[in-house]
Amino acid sequence: MSRQIEFVQGNVACAKAALYAGLEFFAGYPITPSSEIAEYMAKRLPQNGGKFLQMEDEIASICAIIGASLTGRKVMTATSGPGFSLMQEALGYAVMTEIPCVIANVQRGGPSTGLPTHVSQGDVNQARYGTHGEHAIVALTASTAQDIFTLTVDAFNFAETYRTPVILLLDETTGHLRERLEVPAADGIATVGRLKTTVSQGVDYHPYLPREDGRLPMSDFGGAHRYNVTGLFHDMWGFPTENPKIVYGLIRHLVDKIDHNADQMARWKEYYIDDAPTLLVSYGAAARSALHLVENRRKRGEKLGLLELQTLWPFPHELVREKCCHAQSIVVVEMNMGQVLQQVKLAVRQPEKAFLANRIDGELITPTDIQNIIHVIQGKGV
Amino acid sequence: MSVRDYLRERFFPHMWCPGCGHGTVLNALLRAVEKLGLDKSEIVMVSGIGCSARISGYVDFHTMHTIHGRALAFATGIKMSRPELSVLVPMGDGDALAIGGNHFLHAARRNIDLTAIIMNNRIYGMTGGQFSPLTGYGCFGTTAPYGSVDHSFDLVELSTSAGASFVARSTTYHVIELAGIIEKAIAHRGFSVVEVMSQCPTNFGRRNQAGSAVEMLETYRKQTVPLDSEAAQTSPEKIRRGVFVEKKRPEYTEAYEEMIRSATGES
Ligand SMILES: Cc1ncc(C[n+]2csc(CCOP(=O)(O)OP(=O)(O)O)c2C)c(N)n1
Ligand code: SF4
Repeated sequence: MSRQIEFVQGNVACAKAALYAGLEFFAGYPITPSSEIAEYMAKRLPQNGGKFLQMEDEIASICAIIGASLTGRKVMTATSGPGFSLMQEALGYAVMTEIPCVIANVQRGGPSTGLPTHVSQGDVNQARYGTHGEHAIVALTASTAQDIFTLTVDAFNFAETYRTPVILLLDETTGHLRERLEVPAADGIATVGRLKTTVSQGVDYHPYLPREDGRLPMSDFGGAHRYNVTGLFHDMWGFPTENPKIVYGLIRHLVDKIDHNADQMARWKEYYIDDAPTLLVSYGAAARSALHLVENRRKRGEKLGLLELQTLWPFPHELVREKCCHAQSIVVVEMNMGQVLQQVKLAVRQPEKAFLANRIDGELITPTDIQNIIHVIQGKGV
Repeated sequence: MSVRDYLRERFFPHMWCPGCGHGTVLNALLRAVEKLGLDKSEIVMVSGIGCSARISGYVDFHTMHTIHGRALAFATGIKMSRPELSVLVPMGDGDALAIGGNHFLHAARRNIDLTAIIMNNRIYGMTGGQFSPLTGYGCFGTTAPYGSVDHSFDLVELSTSAGASFVARSTTYHVIELAGIIEKAIAHRGFSVVEVMSQCPTNFGRRNQAGSAVEMLETYRKQTVPLDSEAAQTSPEKIRRGVFVEKKRPEYTEAYEEMIRSATGES
């Protein structure tokens, strides 16, 4: 079979991957720098018999996809900071009701309208903590069109496996960068379908009774079984309850099903880390500059390494601890004030060895920026 | 099937106050469903948050209790995915017209086949009596202690101008009429709006000297007139009841299927 090579924007790679993963329903509201995803869907989904909806705002968009997901569809929305802020309440509803969905946030500078056409990685903590109440969340990122493709498929797979919303934290640079994408063969990446109940019609189905492995088989809403779904704390029937035991059990279930599977969901790439006294930790567009620097300095005999994170939440603390254990200094490269640095400091044995190389002015951090900061950290001046 | 078969008895007793109108709306709704001979499994009910929204827990349909104001957006996703289902969306006046006002307008504009039942008690019942977009100028709420300076929407006019293809109003006093209207609304292909004046003795009645539930019902009887009656002509100050709009307009899920056929080159 001939290989399918394309030259596409990261946003389009994301859209193509969503269809590859089985997307059937997309609802969104236009916002830079994410609109190409919606535009792609508007064209392609109806051709596949799927549905694309442009809703009246981002709140309606996420609510519509949650509704469609419950009926058995793979669903997605895409937005950027302001829209992602609007989605937070419904995101919590999807967490509470355990309805799979994928939300792409192509990050731009914030707060507020911020820098619509410039890059930022300022929403890492919002992805984790944006919706109210104790909860766990899954958020993935990537730095190339190829990886965006792979991680988007992962996002759909995790959403189905763990019955959870999954956030794809892309950024303006990778979203708009056009580059080579090799579209995998149809069976190239495994895709996870919806786990459906085997309980037959007429027999009691408990929508919120986890199996022994913690997973909850679903029944397409509107189909064989009639049940209730609510954002209130609920029992195994989906009926509201304030029983402290059931409340405790549900919140533990919601958090544990994500946190206990952090290893399963950890995705990363590593470059020259074994012998690197200075290890860069980065992700998304920033990791492109970090990798460029590492490869350039290696040619000159300077031992830099890079750990590129692709799973940001649940944060892979164990992995980071292990990969950083030989490094004398760890430099977290990101375009915010140290949101991932915070987590790296929690992960590593000597947090005082972890430093920040960042840019927060809407410009992509460059290899030279990182180099200069490393020099300062090493006491070599700029 | 008897009306009782449509209820989830496991969920009772219900949470509504004695005399609350919302139970009467439930009654009329179930009669309408029974009259239409719909199977429980053909009906989806999506609600938001409020005393009114709790109606979804009590019926043995496919039920989704969502977040405040957004029921129509969830319902749009469900209906688009499964157009063959009847989707009912009961809402409070705050739920539908304040926080959910934008979704309401756009669902009407699309003329998507959903049945919106707005249980208008002119107050935020669940949160304890704050004023709503339908409280009315000069009326009282906990957040309008000197009388509200906000004017109300006319829900019938609003729905009509936004594009709803079925628009009606009734009250909890006129239960038989109400059941008939809800029946028509469900059967209608397109976005249907039924405004039900539903008394909240606890939070509206008490603060507005409207009396007991019985007195509030009596007011509904006295203050409303059938749309096409003589009284409607002679007493224009009275509130009109009945079906205001019932027309054919392209329905959204059907138009979408048509678009899919043209995108896939089938037509
Ligand atoms: C986003 C959000 N804001 C506010 C609330 C609090 N709240 C719950 S119900 C309600 C209003 C209920 O009034 P209405 O929709 O008219 O229904 P009723 O209770 O009168 O039947 C409010 C403001 C909420 N649940 N969510
Ligand atoms: S507060 Fe009002 S609306 Fe709520 S249950 Fe009581 S009477 Fe009904």
